[in-house]
Amino acid sequence: MSRSASLPPRYAHRTLWTLLAIFLSPLAAYADPVFFESKLQKILFLQDYNTRIVVIGTSILGAACGLSGTFLLLRKRALMGDVLSHTMLPGVVLAFLLGTTFGYEKTLPLLLLGAAIAAGLGSLSVLMLRRISVLGDETAMAIVLSFFFGIGTVLLSIAQESATGHQAGLESFIYGKTASLTRGDVQWILLGSLFSLGLVLLLFKEFRMLCFDEEFTGCQGRPVVGLDAALFAVVIVTTLVGLQAVGLILIIALLVIPPAAARFWTDQLHHTTAVAATIGALGCWSGVTISALAPRLPAGALIVLSTAFLFLISLLFGSRRGLIGRLIRWSDTRASVGKDHLLRAFYELSESHLKWIRLEDLAGLRSWTPRQLQRLLKRARKRGEVIRGNANTWKLTDRGHLLAAHRTRNHRLWELYLIRYAHLATSHVDRAADRIEHVLGPELVHHLEQELDQRPPYAPESPHPILNPEESR
Amino acid sequence: MTITHASQTTQFGSEHAADAALSIHDVTVAYHRRPVLWDLDLDIPRGVLASIIGPNGAGKSTMIKACLDLIPRISGNVRILGEPYRQIRGKVGYVPQRETVDWEFPVSALDVTCMGLYRKIGWFRSIRRPHREKAREALDRVGLADFAHRQISQLSGGQQQRVFLARALVQEADIYFMDEPFASVDVATEQAILELLRTMRQEGRTVVVVHHDLQTAQNYFDWVVLLNTRLVASGPMKETFTSENLRRTYGGRLTLLEEAGRALSQAQAGLPHEE
Repeated sequence: MSRSASLPPRYAHRTLWTLLAIFLSPLAAYADPVFFESKLQKILFLQDYNTRIVVIGTSILGAACGLSGTFLLLRKRALMGDVLSHTMLPGVVLAFLLGTTFGYEKTLPLLLLGAAIAAGLGSLSVLMLRRISVLGDETAMAIVLSFFFGIGTVLLSIAQESATGHQAGLESFIYGKTASLTRGDVQWILLGSLFSLGLVLLLFKEFRMLCFDEEFTGCQGRPVVGLDAALFAVVIVTTLVGLQAVGLILIIALLVIPPAAARFWTDQLHHTTAVAATIGALGCWSGVTISALAPRLPAGALIVLSTAFLFLISLLFGSRRGLIGRLIRWSDTRASVGKDHLLRAFYELSESHLKWIRLEDLAGLRSWTPRQLQRLLKRARKRGEVIRGNANTWKLTDRGHLLAAHRTRNHRLWELYLIRYAHLATSHVDRAADRIEHVLGPELVHHLEQELDQRPPYAPESPHPILNPEESR
Repeated sequence: MTITHASQTTQFGSEHAADAALSIHDVTVAYHRRPVLWDLDLDIPRGVLASIIGPNGAGKSTMIKACLDLIPRISGNVRILGEPYRQIRGKVGYVPQRETVDWEFPVSALDVTCMGLYRKIGWFRSIRRPHREKAREALDRVGLADFAHRQISQLSGGQQQRVFLARALVQEADIYFMDEPFASVDVATEQAILELLRTMRQEGRTVVVVHHDLQTAQNYFDWVVLLNTRLVASGPMKETFTSENLRRTYGGRLTLLEEAGRALSQAQAGLPHEE
């Protein structure tokens, strides 16, 4: 199980390069010459220019959000993404108002600049509020978020009254205009994503240390505030460029859901970032594809929904912490422990010579309910380990006997080991190991066997008295 | 401010002030209005295993954090190996309390150990094979060689504590500050950690440990700082760890502790020892 977790860290770079490839791979779609007739094929193979633009833009954005969101999540500041996006609204509107006042057309760079400044102010206010008052993180974030969003809404209504029709586009910052992204928008997304990726690559190990242990980071002479600012910069930039794509309300989903989903697949940070980026990109791609097939549905919301669907898949099927995998492992363990117990019960009642054993004797040996015992016996009979005689008696087959002897021997060796080597034992005990020698080494096992008054190949005697079924009743 | 204190050091500071591993002068720390440390003045010589002992809320952890500039001091100054901390960070190791981090974090024991080397590796550079070898050696020294690639939540409490120690070891610092390294570890781990601390002392390093167990303090350490908001006493274990000083540190509460301790040792004596 720990195999997959033990990939050497040099994979960090390989995965991050793969990540870069993922970022850039949609560009390859530009070169696709094949013509397909059906709409589905057209969309799936990105033949429609518009769909192509949208898919490329949002997929890159999804990957960038997954990447930067991972650190936000690990820094335990997931909600900060929401704060940043909401504080951007007054900045955008103010930039727009200023722009029109001074005669500039509504230009994207100006609006983005306004949003960036507002987000910077917003995050600064959160940090300040927390510092100078007894308010916790959440309270400070809620106050700043709603305050800035309130200002933004007021400014927006002013803009709508005063300006001359240009302001219609402002709404797209709130709800997103996924389906009508332009090539220019996508270029901004690409630029912002590359910036985030670059900063993360440069500061990967520092970010890891910061998120894991802030105090230690400070002790290592690394500026905690500076690193936090860099982390915020990564998130702010991805949020900025993603604002138009999915809108400020939904972008938090892209920041938080992919990294949360990634945790179910891996226990390594560099893999987490890679998986999160992939899930983000996949979610965006599938969302856009669905919306292209059903143009009436809002694309931004579809992106979020399909990302959430991927989260659900991860929650259930994730290879590391997925629910189903855990259930399977749990029931596997339960089954194998049950089998062990049954075989050992047989062996301890008959030791080296086979004989018929009454069901009551078996039942008295352990705290089985009659049903559990019946089920265990049924399974063991199916595997050919026991046979049933008349009048509820049972006997091990030759095969079962050999197996039982082996299991009992292992069990007793482990038991002795735990008694003898208590100081280092617990971490090494692996009862599931078929051959104890693989874990403890043949020498130690030989030593233990000798101590147990060895009688291989059958099981040595138990180091503690075995409960007599007659007495226990 | 600093100048006056410096001159005070030369005037009143004992002769080991100059070559002391840690010298704290007139340090006061307060959370909001409540002072947690009050006019602390003490020296710890080089090459000792020193323990900081005192009741809950006496400011033990605070003292360490104030030394490492992790919390602001209201007044006073600290010299580590004769220098301000800022200038010799590389020679100072820190082992925080285990509860301060999230052990579900997606890193392996080896990753965490490598963090002790980040300073040496430098900005923008990646971790390379020699660094990992070094981290592996440190994990081996704390008995976790087989667990290098385990995700840290799959380690027991004692093993997690030892990962922190390994991370400190790779720093190869001259002085170490450890915040309750013996907290909630089993006897075996406690012995292993103690063994490690003694080796470190043999290598000439100084270790300052926040400790809460009065029963073991005397055997484990050779220097003691008794603390209860203000300094009660600081000196070699034998002369300083007296019942009089302890009473002054713990006030009335000590009698309770003593009774509990006595009851415990009697209970242990009564049990047949399995050897």
